Amino acid sequence: MHAATAADAVAGVQPKLVIEPGAERELAEILRLSNEAGLAVIPRGNGTKLGWGNPPTRADLILSTTRLNEIIEHAWADLTVTVEAGCTIQRLQETLAQHGQRLALDPLWPEKATIGGVLSANDSGALRLRFGALRDLIIGATIALADGTLASSGGKVVKNVAGYDLPKLVTGALGTLGVITRAVFRLHPLPRNTRSFSVAAASAEEAKRFVVAVQDSKLAHTSLQCHFSDDTSPVSDILFEGTEAGLAAQENQLRDLAEHAAVSEASRSTWTAREELWDFSDRPCTAIAKISILPASMARTMKLVENIAKRQQVRWRALVYATGLGWLRLEGKPEALRGALHELRSELEAQHGSLVALHRPEKMPAFDAWGSAGDALPLMKAVKQQMDPKSTLNPGRFVGGI
Amino acid sequence: MGHTFDELRAIVGDRGLISSAEELHTYECDGLTNFRVMPRAVVLPNTTEQVQAVVRICHRERMPFVARGSGTGLSGGALPVENGIVISLARMNRILEVDFPNARVVVEPGVINLDVTGRVSPQDYFYAPDPSSQSICSIGGNVAENSGGAHCLKYGFTTTHVLGLEVVLPDGSLVHFGGKTLDAPGYDLAGVFVGSEGTLGVATKIILRIVKRPECVRTLLAAFPSTNEAGAAVSDIIAEGMLPAAIEMMDNLAIQAAEAAVHANYPNCGGLLLVELDGPVAEVDALMTEVKKICSSNGAPEIRVAQSDAERALVWKGRKAAFAAMGRISPNYIVQDGVIPRTALPQVMSEIERLSQAGGLRVANVFHAGDGNLHPLVLYDRRIAGQEEAAEALSSQILELCIAAGVAPSTHCSFRIPRKSFQLLASVAKSPVNTCRTRPNPQGSRNVIDPRRWTPQLNPKRAACIRRCATNSWRLWEMRMCMRRLPRMPWPEFSRSW
Ligand SMILES: Cc1cc2nc3c(=O)[nH]c(=O)nc-3n(C[C@H](O)[C@H](O)[C@H](O)COP(=O)(O)OP(=O)(O)OC[C@H]3O[C@@H](n4cnc5c(N)ncnc54)[C@H](O)[C@@H]3O)c2cc1C
Repeated sequence: MHAATAADAVAGVQPKLVIEPGAERELAEILRLSNEAGLAVIPRGNGTKLGWGNPPTRADLILSTTRLNEIIEHAWADLTVTVEAGCTIQRLQETLAQHGQRLALDPLWPEKATIGGVLSANDSGALRLRFGALRDLIIGATIALADGTLASSGGKVVKNVAGYDLPKLVTGALGTLGVITRAVFRLHPLPRNTRSFSVAAASAEEAKRFVVAVQDSKLAHTSLQCHFSDDTSPVSDILFEGTEAGLAAQENQLRDLAEHAAVSEASRSTWTAREELWDFSDRPCTAIAKISILPASMARTMKLVENIAKRQQVRWRALVYATGLGWLRLEGKPEALRGALHELRSELEAQHGSLVALHRPEKMPAFDAWGSAGDALPLMKAVKQQMDPKSTLNPGRFVGGI
Repeated sequence: MGHTFDELRAIVGDRGLISSAEELHTYECDGLTNFRVMPRAVVLPNTTEQVQAVVRICHRERMPFVARGSGTGLSGGALPVENGIVISLARMNRILEVDFPNARVVVEPGVINLDVTGRVSPQDYFYAPDPSSQSICSIGGNVAENSGGAHCLKYGFTTTHVLGLEVVLPDGSLVHFGGKTLDAPGYDLAGVFVGSEGTLGVATKIILRIVKRPECVRTLLAAFPSTNEAGAAVSDIIAEGMLPAAIEMMDNLAIQAAEAAVHANYPNCGGLLLVELDGPVAEVDALMTEVKKICSSNGAPEIRVAQSDAERALVWKGRKAAFAAMGRISPNYIVQDGVIPRTALPQVMSEIERLSQAGGLRVANVFHAGDGNLHPLVLYDRRIAGQEEAAEALSSQILELCIAAGVAPSTHCSFRIPRKSFQLLASVAKSPVNTCRTRPNPQGSRNVIDPRRWTPQLNPKRAACIRRCATNSWRLWEMRMCMRRLPRMPWPEFSRSW
């Protein structure tokens, strides 16, 4: 436990205290006491995504999970792992790799990002196309609720179909329903070999056609993503995993499918391209948003981004996965950034998509991180009200002011 | 009541309301046939608006209702509540939209699982969740039960394939969870709804994901002296870093039954392993060679790969018919549904064998080796005095065995919380209030629930949910949690409709 410093501020809001409990029970107890005392609690892992969501309306103490970082059981023969929330993704992956397994998830900054943080922020990368999101990988969780109850849900069996799915409820809840203290995941084998290729496209439309064709083919690719920007032509990357024989066959099929487009072998590092969007070294006035669209509207959406960006005079760069999830980086004047995000959000929401602002520059006029949660918002508020009636956890940071 | 019936009739039309005793019989139970309750009426709405209108009346009249798909559920989920009505979604069976470029399909809840695949297979797509009942069960039922089948090992359960839902809440209002695009802002209420056994509302529209068919599918049958060797082969397959599309195991009795019923041409052996690989031809060929090696090094004298689609279909027909096939070798049987860590299989199997001998009853076993889902089938003859009781007793002993295997901390881990909770729940479950709630329960107790005795927030189907949960200690804990937390979760107006 120590006093909070400026480095502990959450989106400009300064908490007073940082507590790092060493046991689940301890964490739950602190939460209970804070709740009774009416303090606002900000759960935190390593803080890599602490700026996501709206600024908290109140912040008294930071409850850090970093000391709860044990890998409790890797039941490799059952393809499951039980791990505490403060463990980093990388350390978990290293342990799993000893038995040739992995958590089939490629979130941002694995060396720092913790299990709890990644779950709460529902962060997933390119592997999602093949292995699903966290909601598909998590099979159990222990959650400290605001009243101090330690609630376990789910199991360590891969099939887990009975009862309400609490692990899914807390996944992506940005720590507003409880503090995840441990999770159980289903695992996948590490690939024996991997190969990545890049395929050039002359236009967004061509890139989209390629993506749709690959998705409609018999290729068993693991990941598929497209890079777009205002000053380069689109490039798609595709990842294959498998036996040597399988990979060779798929390379041939890929070349047939790409027809005249240039296909080149790509390095593995292309799969961490998402992290490059967060490079703030030379341009501080940058906004980053996660967009969700239908995969086949990729080209149309990029055209939309291009037009809006031109009008608002902002530079842009995007990485879009074949799942329809994409990450967009905008650079420009704060008002222009806001204008562009606002316009784009309205357009996307009109097409059943969404835009969530993940990073906003300090001077940007207020802009809700989430956008519309649709007609289920009252129900969501009611869920929050039941699980955390005093709004102790991350007050004001989630959708609709939750 | 007559007035209410008139109102219902005005909504769904003459042919949409069933109230005559003989027609109602069809609806008095689901797949769990030893529990029957006659509903007051059955309504068959055609549209979302009709469902809303019917639910509003139920809400106003405080009349309990139960949604029903095809009625194949094995947990009593569609079992009517006394004095309640059944809302059958059977007429809402349209496939509303098929979007191949985005691999999405929008369906009404009454659409039959296999019909989704049927609709998209000309374009070489399929709908992945494949419960054995897929030729008759509905997508709405699948959603409520989070159903899955053999191929869920690779492809995931229903929840992975449901992207969005339109739901009529118990007060008649309409909400949307998730959508065609991923990660809609807010809590994952679609994730919560799937598997909630119809306790949170009626799904009236479902957005599904479809999957492109792999380039090839190969199915291998390996005959082992016993399930132990077969189990060891499964562990080796997993240790080699393979994730087959399906791994199924059957013991000798299950093989005999399947043979008797569909002549699947299974080898006669102590433990049969069925391994299916899919993907690009070159990949599957390479891995199949390895699987064969693993099987022979674990002592399988006979290994076959299905040589044609027809042969492959027959292999699966045998497996999927295994339950129903028990009728060929035994007049009566009880199906049990347990989930155990895969590694506990040998120990659980030998215990089952011991219990079976001690109880003097045969037990057949079918095991989804991929995900640890064990179905022990206790065979008995009702005509022999005392056998039914003995079978029920044996069945619950086996259940306890699974529970113990699931909760037993393996090697170095310590699951303090769940273990404690299990004890807690075990004691709760014996208290009178809960016995009432847990009917129909695995112990086969026959006390009747009076819905009014339930805590107000509980929906009748919770009973079924609890029964299902009883198959696994973790689920018991989970149930305890949802009894403590989620029913208080303000799913609007459960309290008022009760
Ligand atoms: C021979 C046989 C084999 C089976 N094999 C499998 C298997 O391999 N895997 C498996 O998972 N299950 C299996 N089952 C169980 C059953 O088929 C599944 O649970 C199936 O999903 C139930 O679908 P249904 O349409 O019959 O639903 P029903 O039995 O009619 O209803 C099931 C539940 O869903 C609710 N419900 C139905 N429609 C809706 C709706 N629109 N909105 C909200 N709630 C709704 C009901 O209230 C009830 O609680 C099997 C059953 C049989 C008889």
